[in-house]
Amino acid sequence: MRTTDYSALQPASLAATNAVFIGRSIRLSLRNVEALIMAIVLPVMLMLLFTYVFGGALDPGGDYVNYVVPGIILLCAGYGSASTAVDVATDMTNGIIDRFRTMPIRSLGVVIGHVAASLFRNLVATGVVIGVALLLGFRPSASFLEWLGALGLIALFILVLTWLYAAIGLVAGTPAAASGYGFILLFLPYLSSAFVPTNTMPGWLQGVADHQPITPVIEAIRGLLTDGPVGSNGWLAVGWCAIILLIAFVWSSWAFRRKAGRR
Amino acid sequence: MNKHAIEVKGLRKRFGSQIVLDGIDLAVETGTIFALLGPNGAGKTTLINILSTLVAPDEGTATVAGRDVVKERDEVKRAISLTGQFAAVDEALTAEENLNMIARLSGFNSREARARTAGLLKRFDLTASAKKRVKTYSGGMRRRIDLAISLVAERPVLFLDEPTTGLDTLSRRALWEIILDLKKQGITIFLTTQYLEEADQLADRIAVIAGGRVVANGTAGELKARVGGEVLELIGGDDGVLRTVPTDGSIQDVRRTLSELALLYPQDTRVSIRKPSLDDVFVALTTTAGSKEVSAR
Ligand SMILES: Nc1ncnc2c1ncn2[C@@H]1O[C@H](COP(=O)(O)OP(=O)(O)OP(=O)(O)O)[C@@H](O)[C@H]1O
Ligand SMILES: [Mg+2]
Repeated sequence: MRTTDYSALQPASLAATNAVFIGRSIRLSLRNVEALIMAIVLPVMLMLLFTYVFGGALDPGGDYVNYVVPGIILLCAGYGSASTAVDVATDMTNGIIDRFRTMPIRSLGVVIGHVAASLFRNLVATGVVIGVALLLGFRPSASFLEWLGALGLIALFILVLTWLYAAIGLVAGTPAAASGYGFILLFLPYLSSAFVPTNTMPGWLQGVADHQPITPVIEAIRGLLTDGPVGSNGWLAVGWCAIILLIAFVWSSWAFRRKAGRR
Repeated sequence: MNKHAIEVKGLRKRFGSQIVLDGIDLAVETGTIFALLGPNGAGKTTLINILSTLVAPDEGTATVAGRDVVKERDEVKRAISLTGQFAAVDEALTAEENLNMIARLSGFNSREARARTAGLLKRFDLTASAKKRVKTYSGGMRRRIDLAISLVAERPVLFLDEPTTGLDTLSRRALWEIILDLKKQGITIFLTTQYLEEADQLADRIAVIAGGRVVANGTAGELKARVGGEVLELIGGDDGVLRTVPTDGSIQDVRRTLSELALLYPQDTRVSIRKPSLDDVFVALTTTAGSKEVSAR
C-alpha cells in the first residue's frame, strides 16, 4: 500500500531556498538581543566619542562632524558585519548543516542568508549613524542622486566586508576562532583617511593609507555627502569593492565546498 | 520501482590509515525495515553517511532508490531523509520554526507547511513546547524534534541512526509505531540501533558489521538459529550470570556441556536454559572473547 505521492513534491526553487535562509538569518539576528543592542548603541557611542572627545582636538573649528561621518559609517559596518563570521562558523560546526546537505537544495543559501541579514542590520546601523550625526550638527549637501550614490556605495562596502567575514567564518575551525581572525579587519578604517587626513601621517604610513581600498571609499562617500570633489575616488572605490567582493565570494564558495562538500 | 531500495557492493572507506569499511555488500528490499547492528566504532554511521551522500566512499558502489550515491547525488537527495546520530536542529529556533523552515525548503507552500508542522508536532507530542527554542529542550525532546524534522517530506527511503537512543520507554514505543506506520506507507527504513530488542521487534532483516565487514545478515530468527537451539546460563551466588553457553538443544549436547562445566564451577552454581536472544548473537559475532565462549563447549 502506498499513500504518499513522492513525485508531486518538487524541492524549493533557488529563489525560495534563499528566501527561507534569509528569513532565518534575519530572525536569528532579531533574536540575538545583545548583538542587536550593540548594533544600535555602538554607532551612537562612536558618533559622540569622535565628535565631542576627539573632534575638538582634531578640528577646533567644530566642523569635524562633517568630516568624520563616512568614517564612522564604515567603522560601524566593520563591527556590524564581523558577527557574520561567528554566525557562519556556528552553523558549520552545528549539526544543522548536515540536515541541509542531505536535502536537494543549494545549501550555500545558509551563507547567503547570513550575508543578507548582515546587510540589513548594517543598513539600519548606518541609518542610526546618519540620524545621530544630523542631531550633532552634520549638514550634508547631497542631492537625491548623490544620496543614492553614497548609500549604494555604503551597501556595496558592507557586502564586501560581510563576504570577507563569511569566508573567515568558513575557514575558521570554531566560532571563537572566527571571532578572533575577524578582528584584524576592524583596524583598517583607522589606517585610512577616515578620521584624519592622510597627509598628517608619517610618510611610510601615508603610502599605506593612501593606497588601501578604504580611503577611496571614504573619500567618495565624503565627496557625495558633503561638497568635496569625488573625482577618481568614485571609480576607484567601486573597482576596489568589486574586486574584493569577487575574491571574497569565490573564497567563500570554495571554503564552503570544502567544509560542506563530502568528507 | 526497484526491487531493492538500497544496494551496496564492495564498499570501502578509510579515514587516514584506519580502515573503517572493508568491503561491505548489502541489499535492502523496497518497503522493508532493515537494521544495522555493530559495536561502537564499527562504521554504522559512516555507512549511513555514505548512503545519504554526506561522505564519499573510497571504493565500491552504492545505490539508493536506484541512483548512484556518488554520481547522482541530487537524485539520491530527493529520495532520502536522514536522522543522524547527533541532532541536526537549529537550536536558536523553536520546534515550530524548525519544522516550518524544513517544510518550506522541501517545497511545501506556506499553508501546507503550517499544516504539516502542526501534524508532526502532535505526532511527536511536542505541541506544548512548540513555541520554545530547541536550545531549552531536554535530550529526549531534542531527539523527537530531530525525528519529526526528518519526516516533514515523506521520502521513499528513511535513514535513522540510533533513533531511540535517549528516548524514554513510552517515546520509544511511540516511535516504533510511527516506524511501522511508515513501512505500511511503502517507505523503506534503514536504521541502526544499540537495542537488539528494537531490531528484533521492527526489522525484517538484520545485518551485523564488525571489523569493517558484514559478519551476519538475515532475519532475526535466522541469526538466532546461528547461535544454537538453547542457551545455558550459569548463575552465581550473587545472581549474576557467570557464563552463557549455547547448545543445540538436544539432551546429548546439554548433558555433555553441563558435565564439562561441572568440572569448572562450584557445585552450588545454578543453571537456567533459555532461547537465544539477539544479544547472544551479537556477543558471539562481534567480540573475540564472546566467540571463544560460544565455541568453548
Ligand atoms: N570524519 C572522520 N574522520 C576520522 N575518523 C572518523 C571519521 N568519522 C568516523 N571516523 C572513525 O571511523 C570509525 C567508525 O565510526 P562510526 O561513527 O561510523 O562508528 P559507529 O558504528 O557509528 O559507532 P557508534 O556505535 O559509536 O555510533 C571510528 O573509529 C571513528 O573514529
Ligand atoms: Mg554511529
